[in-house]
Amino acid sequence: MSDALLAIDGLTKQFGGVTAVDHCSFQVQTGTVTALIGPNGSGKTTAFNMITGYLKADSGTIRFRGETITRPRPADLYRRGLSRTFQQARIFPELSVEENLVVAAGYSWPQLFGRRVSTSDRERARTMLQEFRLEPLAQLPARELSYGQRKLVEFAAVLTSEPTLVLLDEPTAGVNPVMIDAMERHIRQRHAEGVTFLVVEHDMQLVMRLCDPVIVLDRGAPIAFGSPEHVQTDPRVLEAYLGA
Amino acid sequence: MHALTQAVILGVLTGGVYALMASGQTLIFGIMKVVNLAQGALVILGAYLTYTLFTHLGVDPFLSILITTPILFLVGVGVQWALLRPLHSDDVAQLSLLVTFAVALGIEGILSFGYGATLTNVQPSYANFSWTILGYQVSLVRFVAFVLSLVMLGLLYLILQRTKFGRSVRATVQNPMSAQLLGVNAQRVSAIGFGLGTATAAAGGAVFGMLNSFNPGSHYDLISRLLTIVVLGGLGSIGGSIVAAVGMGVASSVVSALVSPIWSDFSFFIVLLLVLLVRPRGLFGARTRGAL
Amino acid sequence: MRGSISRVGPLRVGIFFLLLIVIPLVGAPGWILNTLIFTIMYAALASSWNLIGGYAGYPSLGHVAFFGIGAYAIGIVFSKDVFGGYVPFFALPLIGIAVGLLSLPIGWVSMRTRADVFAIVTITLLFITQTLAFNLKGVTGGAQGASVAPPPFAVDHYDWPFYFAMLILLAIAMGISFYFQRSKIGLSLATIRADEDKAHGVGVRVTAVKLIAFGVSAGLVAMAGGVWAYYVGFIYPQFAVDPLITIGMVLMAFLGGRATLWGPVLGAFILVPAQEYFAQAFGASQLYLFAYAAVFLLIILFLPRGILPSISERLRQRRPVIATEEAFAGEESTSGPAMEVTVER
Repeated sequence: MSDALLAIDGLTKQFGGVTAVDHCSFQVQTGTVTALIGPNGSGKTTAFNMITGYLKADSGTIRFRGETITRPRPADLYRRGLSRTFQQARIFPELSVEENLVVAAGYSWPQLFGRRVSTSDRERARTMLQEFRLEPLAQLPARELSYGQRKLVEFAAVLTSEPTLVLLDEPTAGVNPVMIDAMERHIRQRHAEGVTFLVVEHDMQLVMRLCDPVIVLDRGAPIAFGSPEHVQTDPRVLEAYLGA
Repeated sequence: MHALTQAVILGVLTGGVYALMASGQTLIFGIMKVVNLAQGALVILGAYLTYTLFTHLGVDPFLSILITTPILFLVGVGVQWALLRPLHSDDVAQLSLLVTFAVALGIEGILSFGYGATLTNVQPSYANFSWTILGYQVSLVRFVAFVLSLVMLGLLYLILQRTKFGRSVRATVQNPMSAQLLGVNAQRVSAIGFGLGTATAAAGGAVFGMLNSFNPGSHYDLISRLLTIVVLGGLGSIGGSIVAAVGMGVASSVVSALVSPIWSDFSFFIVLLLVLLVRPRGLFGARTRGAL
Repeated sequence: MRGSISRVGPLRVGIFFLLLIVIPLVGAPGWILNTLIFTIMYAALASSWNLIGGYAGYPSLGHVAFFGIGAYAIGIVFSKDVFGGYVPFFALPLIGIAVGLLSLPIGWVSMRTRADVFAIVTITLLFITQTLAFNLKGVTGGAQGASVAPPPFAVDHYDWPFYFAMLILLAIAMGISFYFQRSKIGLSLATIRADEDKAHGVGVRVTAVKLIAFGVSAGLVAMAGGVWAYYVGFIYPQFAVDPLITIGMVLMAFLGGRATLWGPVLGAFILVPAQEYFAQAFGASQLYLFAYAAVFLLIILFLPRGILPSISERLRQRRPVIATEEAFAGEESTSGPAMEVTVER
């Protein structure tokens, strides 16, 4: 219990008369690639937004690395090692790819007044750029990238701060199969290096290949939890997806 | 004590008028997520139109509202259609803000050119008449204005709650994308909604003209107050803006009576800062983001 | 990648300032110097506004409040005596720092939410400052105004100290803009301008950076107000806290190009002489406001990015979308599913 990297307890959010997330509780263990799946409207993204501080929860607690986070704030969480990507690939369009990585790497107060892109920044960014094979794009403004490339840059950017837990919001949505492979490869590699992932996904084959355990949400609350094989055959899960 | 109660009465009556003007602004924000910085200038425009109709054609100021309201409605629709609709770039919200600011200045410029900078007001024969009820003075104009505000707010309510158009507006406010998917014509809702919002400035202007001396530059004062009220009430909440309007009316009236009129202006600003300090979303803040 | 941000060739800066320094020295007539003083002043004002309105993306509509405070500061302190004439100039940095620091609480409260609340607070600030200027008669002289004691400058070079003071201010404003651009402050501001929520999400120190931009711009504007007050000699509330000045700053930055180094300067050098010309040719000053408004609307509708960014956009070659090894050409479109996620506060 207390050694879960991320522990959600009783998280709830209502919008008007609709309960998007309903006393939702689950945990993410260190060193896993945990999937968060569920049919449309099951509350996955709302839960994500609450965990990462983009939406205020009505009630419930969030514990990260053993500490209760009373008022999650994106910047604070980021510095604690919890970062996220967005479904629509939010990068900074006017900045170059390199600058996108540099700004996400974080900097100290003295560095704020220092050079925009210092030599050490360049070094760090270069490693990332090489790993993700983005070097040819390094100086391009990010707005000139394709959607798939942006997702890659966003992913690379959040990794530059060496996070402990990364929440991926539909990393392969709208992306071609070659890029999906690439994403999967990068996730596996980082996972091998010790990063924990919580992934919201609709691509079931990817989930089955990559993730363990799998948490299934339906109508705002978890209905199943376990290995991909286990969840795949759970009648409740089938019913949730296919309807009564 | 007597002075205090008198101030409160005055404040409530004044607040009612502000409520009407502020509700137009709130409506615009709710539909289009645009803060209409020209609302004050439109009120002044209404005041000048009332003035002209009164001094040159002898039309009673309250009756002139029937004429000025459609005029300001059309002005609003025109502004939205010609100047706001074409904005498409990345920072459309910021640009909309600046467009309405420019419109305010343009109106001030035209009025300045047409009427000069001297202070005027609209003085029908009953302008200074007041009843004395239980020892308290209730000015006729303020009272009628208050009732008028209630009537018009009621009309606004009816339009929003009972008509098809009103439903479209409410749908657009709550969820623009879904509304469009359900067939709501966003362009039309925006244009008419903006027009409705500016139309409230007609009645506001007629009343403002009778109660204050004004010149083309008076809109800064007015827009500051309206914006304070709208922010206090929570951007996007009409009910909130009504409460905030009456509240601010009473507060500034009381400060004016008990301390001095100068500080009553200041009190708006202080209240604004204090509220933003504690609740950046305003007192009744809907979760509407700023225009961004 | 600099994209729409103009590169500062040291040569360009050098020539620009050299020209401006030389003009009075070669004996330009008084009216040219006079026009240039105001042009340079507006260039400095627009550049300072640009720090918060352009680079940070928070359009302050009431910055002239700080101008007025700076003006009155000089007017009050030096109303009886200017101590040889140069002391007021040395008082300017103190005024700048003081106003900059005092502006921080206002900036903090008003920038907590979004840019439109910020706009609202700044407009209200403008109005309140003007009201105070009119009403605090004991301090500001009310509608009678305040005045600065006349400086003992030689008649034939009277304008020179003011001219060079404004020029120094412009150099400082541009210098700070340049520094912002080249430092992580500028990088942070660019992220805030583009997508503030995401900026929070990657750990950018958003509040600190916004406050730095706000405070510095307020201080600079106050210093310009101080020089103006000293130059003009009489400080009336409707001129010291004049909405036209705010509008001018904003309009010039827009015209030349926000978030660029030379944009605000270009805007000033276009509009101020133009305004002087029209004043001479047509006289009617009531139309200023309308003309400003009309020009503003035209720019917003047809050239929203301003002159310099629009030019650099045209000049940039269309690059083909480079395919990385991991994506093939014929990629899906550059926009994905649209769903807004913003921070709730």
